[in-house]
Amino acid sequence: MSTIPIFADENWRLPSRGRVAMFCLIIGESAIFTIFVVAYVYYIGRSTYGPTPQILDVPVFNTICLLSSSISIMLAERAIDRGRIRNFGAWWGLTMLLGIVFLTGTAIEWKRLIFSDGLTIRTNLFGTTFYSLVGLHATHVIVGLLMLSLVMIFTLLGRVEQRHAERIQVLSLYWHFVDAVWVVVFTVVYLVGR
Amino acid sequence: MQRRRSLPLTRYRVCFLALACMRAMPSVAQGALTTPSIMAPASTPAHEIYALSQFVLAITGAIFVVVGGLLAFIIVRFRERRTDAEHEPAQIYGSTQVELAWTVIPVLIVVVLFLTTARIIFAIQDAPEPKTALDVTVVGHQFWWEFRYPKLGIVTANELHVPVSTPSAPEPTYMQLLSADVDHSFWVPQLGGKTDLIPNHPNQMWMDPEKAGLYLGQCAQFCGVEHAKMLIRVYVDTPDQFAAWVKAQQQPGAQDAATAAGRHVFETEACANCHTISGTGAKGTFGPDLTHLMSRATIAAGAADNTPDNLRSWIHDPNTLKPGALMPAMQLSDKETDEVVAYLTTLH
Amino acid sequence: MADQTFPIPGTLDAGRSRGAALLEWLHSWVVTVDHKKLGILYMVYALVFLLVAGSEAVAIRIQLAIPNNHFLSPELYNEFFTMHGTTMVFLVGMTFIFGFGNYFVPLMIGARDMAFPRLNAFSFWMTAFGGLFLYFSFIGGFGLYGMGSAPDVTWWAYAPLTAKAFSPGHNTDYWALALIVSGFGTLGAAINILATVFSMRCRGMTLLRMPLFVWLMVVTSGDTLIVITPLTAAQVMLIIDRYLGGHFFDTQAGGSATVWMHFFWIFGHPEVYVLILPAFGIASEVIQVFSRKAIFGYPAMVAASVGIAFVSLSVWAHHMFTIGMTSVSNAFFALSTMMVGIPTGIKIFNWVATMWGGRIRFATPMLFCTAFVFQFLMAGLTGIMLAVAPWDWQLHNSYFVIAHFHYTLTGSFVFCIFAAIYYWYPKITGRMLSEKLGKWHFWLFFIGFHVTFDTMHFLGILGMPRSIYTYQADRGWNTLNMIVSAGGIIQAIAVLILVWNMMDSFLHGAAAGNDPWDAWTLEWSVPSPPPAYNFATDPVVRSRRPLWDLKHPNDPDWKYER
Repeated sequence: MSTIPIFADENWRLPSRGRVAMFCLIIGESAIFTIFVVAYVYYIGRSTYGPTPQILDVPVFNTICLLSSSISIMLAERAIDRGRIRNFGAWWGLTMLLGIVFLTGTAIEWKRLIFSDGLTIRTNLFGTTFYSLVGLHATHVIVGLLMLSLVMIFTLLGRVEQRHAERIQVLSLYWHFVDAVWVVVFTVVYLVGR
Repeated sequence: MQRRRSLPLTRYRVCFLALACMRAMPSVAQGALTTPSIMAPASTPAHEIYALSQFVLAITGAIFVVVGGLLAFIIVRFRERRTDAEHEPAQIYGSTQVELAWTVIPVLIVVVLFLTTARIIFAIQDAPEPKTALDVTVVGHQFWWEFRYPKLGIVTANELHVPVSTPSAPEPTYMQLLSADVDHSFWVPQLGGKTDLIPNHPNQMWMDPEKAGLYLGQCAQFCGVEHAKMLIRVYVDTPDQFAAWVKAQQQPGAQDAATAAGRHVFETEACANCHTISGTGAKGTFGPDLTHLMSRATIAAGAADNTPDNLRSWIHDPNTLKPGALMPAMQLSDKETDEVVAYLTTLH
Repeated sequence: MADQTFPIPGTLDAGRSRGAALLEWLHSWVVTVDHKKLGILYMVYALVFLLVAGSEAVAIRIQLAIPNNHFLSPELYNEFFTMHGTTMVFLVGMTFIFGFGNYFVPLMIGARDMAFPRLNAFSFWMTAFGGLFLYFSFIGGFGLYGMGSAPDVTWWAYAPLTAKAFSPGHNTDYWALALIVSGFGTLGAAINILATVFSMRCRGMTLLRMPLFVWLMVVTSGDTLIVITPLTAAQVMLIIDRYLGGHFFDTQAGGSATVWMHFFWIFGHPEVYVLILPAFGIASEVIQVFSRKAIFGYPAMVAASVGIAFVSLSVWAHHMFTIGMTSVSNAFFALSTMMVGIPTGIKIFNWVATMWGGRIRFATPMLFCTAFVFQFLMAGLTGIMLAVAPWDWQLHNSYFVIAHFHYTLTGSFVFCIFAAIYYWYPKITGRMLSEKLGKWHFWLFFIGFHVTFDTMHFLGILGMPRSIYTYQADRGWNTLNMIVSAGGIIQAIAVLILVWNMMDSFLHGAAAGNDPWDAWTLEWSVPSPPPAYNFATDPVVRSRRPLWDLKHPNDPDWKYER
C-alpha cells in the first residue's frame, strides 16, 4: 500500500518502549503502595491493644544505605554510558551491597520486634499494617536485587557492553522507585506514625 | 422498511409510557399495602426523597425526550436511500459554538441538580433529634433483627412497633443502627431510605410515620446465605395501640403452670444458651428474645408465619424453613418438642 | 501456515498427515507471541465465558421467575450470582477489551506487533489461568454445604463477611487469588498497550491523528494501571487477614469494614469506566464509517475521554451513600458523580452530531451502535438519578441499580462488543458474517434486553432488593419477575444465533477482501486476515483517516482537520 509521503526530513522520534513500560509499571506499583500507606495512616492509633509504634527504632543507618544506593546506581549508569564497564561493575556491586545491608537491617529489626517486643502481623492493627507495608517494600527490594544480580552475573561473564546502557537505565528507574517508596514509608511509619 | 420507520417512535413511546407508569405507581402501590414501593411515601424522609425524585425525573425525562427524539429523527431522516447520489455526504469536523453550547448547558443542569440534592441531604441527615423522639436501637444479626427500646426496657425481634407521628403530636423514631456480625441494611421503602448496619461503625436514621398500618421491608445488604429471608415488619401504631403494646412487652414472660414441662425443657436444654425469656433462667443473647414470641405474626425474621406447626418445624430443624440459618437442629424428642411448642405458644 | 494468522480451512498441505498438522496448528496457538493470535485467544476466551456467565444469569432468572422457587438452593444461588458478576467483569469484559485492543491497536497505528510480544503472551495466559482457577472452585475444595466452593460473597465481597469467621470455606480465597493472578495479566496487557502506542506509531501519526479506538485504549490502559492495582492490594490484605491473622478488616480488633468498601470501590467504580471506554472507541469507529462522515469534534472526544478517566477516579463513594458518611461527604460524591456525566454526555452529543447529515447504512454493526447510543443515554440518565444521594438511599442495592448497570454493561458495553464483532470479524477471518443472521441476533437481543431491563427498573422502585435468592409472594413483584426472566431467555437465544453465525460464516461466509465496509483506518489497508507482519511497508500518514485521503485525493482530510 502506498501512502502519501510527507516531509521527507521530518524528525519522527518516539520515546523508548522500555522507558514507557517502566514508567507505567512504576505508576501501577505506586497505586499499590498508596493503598497500603493509606491503610497504615488510617489505622494509626486505632489498635485496641498490644504494642504501639513507640517500640520502633528509627532505622537511620538502613535508610542512609538504601538512599546511597540510588547514588551508586546513578554512578553506575554514568559509567556504562561512557563505556567504562569495570567502573560500572564496581558501582553496580556497591549498589547491591547497600541493598543487601538494608535488607539485613530490616531482618534484624524484625527479629527484635517479633521475639523481644512480641509484635507480629497478627498481634494487632499496628502489627498488621506495619509488617504489610514494610514487607511489601522489602519484597520489592528483593525483586530489585534479583534483577541487579542477574546484571551482575552478566557483567562478570563479560557480556555487558556500552550498548546496553539504555536497558540499565530502565532497570535503574525501578531501583530509584524502590528508594523513593522507602522515603515515603520511612516518613509515614517512623516519623509521622510514632 | 416499514418496521424501521416506526421503530424509533416505538422506542420513544415505550419510554414515555414507562415514565407515565412510574408516576402512576403511587396509586397502584397504595392499593396493596404490602408492596413496599418507594413511590408511596408515608414518612417525612420518604416524602422528601419522593419529591426530589419527581424533580429529577422531570429533568432527566426532558433530556431523554430531546436527545432521544433527535436520534429518532436522525435515524429516519438520514438513512441511506437508493436515490442518494454516489458521493459521500459533507464532512463536518466540528463546530466550536455547538460544542460550547452542549457543554455549558449540562454544567448548568448539574449545578441545579446538585444544589437541590445537597439541600435534601442536609435536611434528612442532619435533622436534629427532638425531645419527644422515641429511641430504638437496632442490632443486625445473621439473619434476624434485634430491636431494643432502651428507655422503655423492651427487647424484641424482627417486628418493630413505632407510634404514629403527626405534626401536632410529633413522635419520630430515632434509630441507632449496630451490627453483631457482618454488614446489614435496614430498608423499609415507604418510611425512608436505607441505612447500613456496620460492625464497629454505629449509624443513625430516623422516621416519622404519618399513618398507622403495617409497612414491609427487608435487609438490603448481602449478609450471607439467608440474606433473602431477613425481613422487616414495621407496625405503626396509634398512640393507644402503642401504649398497650409497650405495656404488654414490659411484662415478664407468661408463667402458665400447664406448660411448666415445656418451660423446663427450654431452660435445661440448650435453648437458654441463645434465647432470653424474661422471668426465667434463659438469658442467652445470640438469638432473638422470645419473651413475647406470640405477639409476632411471623417467625425466623419473616421466613414463616407464627403458627404452632411452623414452630414445631423450626425447632425440629430450622433448615426446613430457612436453610443456612444459624440455629442448629435441637435434636429434641417429639414429646419434648410438643412441650416446648405448647410453652412457647403461651408467650403473648 | 507460518505467514497466515488465521488459516483458511482447505489450505493444508496435502503431503502431511492431518493429525500432525493439527497438532502443529494447536501448538502454534499455545506458544504464539503474535498480537493477532493473542487477540483472537482473548476474544474466544471472552466469548466462551460470555456463554458460561450467561448461563448463570439464565439460571438466576429461572430461580427468580416465581416466588419461593426451589430451582437453586440459597447456597448455589449466592455462588451463581457472585460468579456471574465476577466472570462478566473480569473474564468477559476485560478480555474482550484486551482482545480487540491487542488485535487492532498495532494495526491502527501502523505497527508490526505490540511493544512486548512475550509480555503479551504472559499476560494472556495469566488472565486465562486466573479465570480457570476461579471456575475450578465449583469442584475444588470442600464447600461447607456440598455445593463446591465457588465464591458466594457477591462480586464486591464486603468485609467482614469475607473474614475467616464468617466465610470459613475456601470460597472467598478462590475469589481473591484468582483475581490477583488475572490482575497481573491485566496489568501486563495495559503496560503493553501504553508502550506500543507511545513508542511504535508509524510516521506522521501524531497522538492527535490516532483513531479514537486507539485513544480510548490508551486512556483505558492508563486507568487500569491505577485501578486494578488497588484491588490487588485490597485482596492481598484480605488474604493476610484470612491466613496470617491480620486485622485489616477485623472489626473486633479495631479494623474497619468501611476501609474495604473504600478500597474496593476505588477500584470498582473506575473499573466500569475501564470497561465502557473501549466500547466508546468501537462506537466512534463504527458510527463514522456507517454514517459516512468523520467523527464530529475529534479533539473534544479525546478531551472528554481523558476527562472521564480522571473524574471517574473521584466518584467511588457513590456506591456507599448508605453507609453513614457525613452529609458533606455524601454531597461531594453526589457532585463528582453528576460531573462525570458531563463529558459522557458530550460524547453522546458528538455521536449524534456525527450521524446528523450522514448517509446512514444500517448494517448489523450500525444497528448495534445506534441501539447503544439510545441505551447509553438512558443508562446515563438513570445514573444521574442514582447520583442524587437521597434518592440513592432508596434505590441503592435494589433492582433499579441492577437495571442501571446492566443498561451500561449489557446495553452499552455488550452491544458495542457485538458491533465490533460484526465490524471486525471480516478482517480477522477473511469472511463476512451473515447479515440475515446478524439482524435476527440484533432484534432478538434488543427486544429481550428491553423486556428484561426496562421492567427491572420498576422492581427496584417497588422495593425489591438485590442479592436475594427468593422473595415473598405478597410483595407485588411476581409478574414483573416473570417478565424479566422471559426477556433473559430471549437474549440467550439471540446470543446462540451469534455463536452459530460466527461458526457457520467461518466455513461458508463470503470472502471479505481488504475493506468490505469502505472504511478509513489503517487496518483496512491490509489483507483479511492480515499477514503475520501486518504491513508490507511501514505506512506513513498525514491525517486521521489515511484511507480517506487515498480514496479522495482531491479532498483529503489533512486539508480540513482542526
